[in-house]
Amino acid sequence: MEEAVKMPAPKLNAENQEYWDAARRGVLLVKRCADCGEAHHYPRAICPFCHSGSTEWEEVAGTGVIHTYTIMRREQPSTITAYVALDQGPIMLTNIVGCEPETVRIGMPVQVCFADAEDGLRVPVFRPR
Amino acid sequence: MTIRGKAYIAGIYEHPTRKAPDKSLAQLHAEIAIGAVADAGLTMADVDGFFCDNDAPGLGPISMVEYLGLNVRHVDTTETGGSAPIVHISHAAQAIASGKCSVALITLAGRPRSAGVSANPPPNWDVPELPFEYPYRSSVLNQYAMVAMRHMHEYGTTPEQLAWVKVAASHHAQHNPHAMLREVVSVENVLQSPMIADPLHRLDCCVVSDGGGAIVVVSPEIARSLSRPLIKVRGAGEAIRDLRGGKANILESGGARSGAIAFEEAGVTPADIKYASVYDSFTITVIVQLEDLGFCEKGQGGRFVSDGQLISGIGRLPVNTDGGGLCNNHPGNRGGMTKVLEAVRQLRGEAHPAVQVQGCDLAVAHGTGGWLASRHGSATVILERE
Repeated sequence: MEEAVKMPAPKLNAENQEYWDAARRGVLLVKRCADCGEAHHYPRAICPFCHSGSTEWEEVAGTGVIHTYTIMRREQPSTITAYVALDQGPIMLTNIVGCEPETVRIGMPVQVCFADAEDGLRVPVFRPR
Repeated sequence: MTIRGKAYIAGIYEHPTRKAPDKSLAQLHAEIAIGAVADAGLTMADVDGFFCDNDAPGLGPISMVEYLGLNVRHVDTTETGGSAPIVHISHAAQAIASGKCSVALITLAGRPRSAGVSANPPPNWDVPELPFEYPYRSSVLNQYAMVAMRHMHEYGTTPEQLAWVKVAASHHAQHNPHAMLREVVSVENVLQSPMIADPLHRLDCCVVSDGGGAIVVVSPEIARSLSRPLIKVRGAGEAIRDLRGGKANILESGGARSGAIAFEEAGVTPADIKYASVYDSFTITVIVQLEDLGFCEKGQGGRFVSDGQLISGIGRLPVNTDGGGLCNNHPGNRGGMTKVLEAVRQLRGEAHPAVQVQGCDLAVAHGTGGWLASRHGSATVILERE
């Protein structure tokens, strides 16, 4: 049996290292601003809403619904690219795994899981719940 | 201050090539530059402002100013992807209005077809969003397909309605001897073409071509001294639409802002427009942008484009009468330039007779550069024949 293809890994920097360290432990983080209270994704050191430098990592359950998706038919096997709307609010780009592409629907409830990537990293992806 | 009436498009040129394995990128820029300057009735020595974006080889304008042998006193290399040439028209008008130049040359060229579309540059990891998109193979294709999927979900848009955009483009392209795809296609042809990224079929996607185009923008005094029709820049707008920390409405493009700014400056409304060039990287791109520019209510774009409503001589709004990116060309994978070129042809009365809009005195050219779902630059220009 062929080994599962690992996902491409990003190169990390000081601003996003903690997100990827948490993903390696199977934890999804979002950034929330301590001043205005808004959560955002992708995570930034500076809040994109009020420009405060007091953004904090917040561990989330990783539940949400599929906001939109597409099936990339030319990839073998087909990948499902999606935006998932986290229960905390922001939408995040991801892949949907663990189901037949034809069963995916907008509004489908999903749960985060973590796929192996190159360089020993793990990447948050979502499966139906 | 306004740019309304402060600048005119005096020269245009579209490279006839669609595949240029025998030409360098710099050479394509030079050929279109010379073509547009000649079309205006000027010489390269008259050019005192140069505008290009990242498709031009070298650091900003530096290499190309040397290659072209220009003597300029104003440069601008604003980069907003495929919408950049439309931004450049606005910036050229601003520069002319403030006396910084009087003959502005804008070039765009590319040879992705000869170079191979897979020739992607290495990732720049300083781009802040990249680590959060690269693992998922984010691409132009899936970032447009996901808008189409959500548009269908939210507004009931159908694959048939998307297909009508391609059908209209093909009806126009049959009259363009340079177009890559000249065969008239039906809705069924589009739906029967292979699914690439649901709900987009192969025929919902634009072509990959080499080529390019150039524009010469001049001051009113110079425009009136030339023998070309007077094509006035009446209004322009630009915008960046991004994900707003994950809270953006991905169905609303930057055209909602750039269009509103341009129409306000021009003092006209979409109902006044006789012809529209609307960036057609994919069929969904046209539907979303027509809504955001105000040609129909949000969510009604699918209905608006159906049943040949974008076909010149048949429909309510002739769009992309050169065949657009969907059928004609898409040089450098950037569609903003060719959008302006066909708008100018329509205003001059120089479009193909089979697609020429009668009494075309007011046109809009609109571009989106980047990724429709995630982030893009939008630019709108409203042009008037005096």
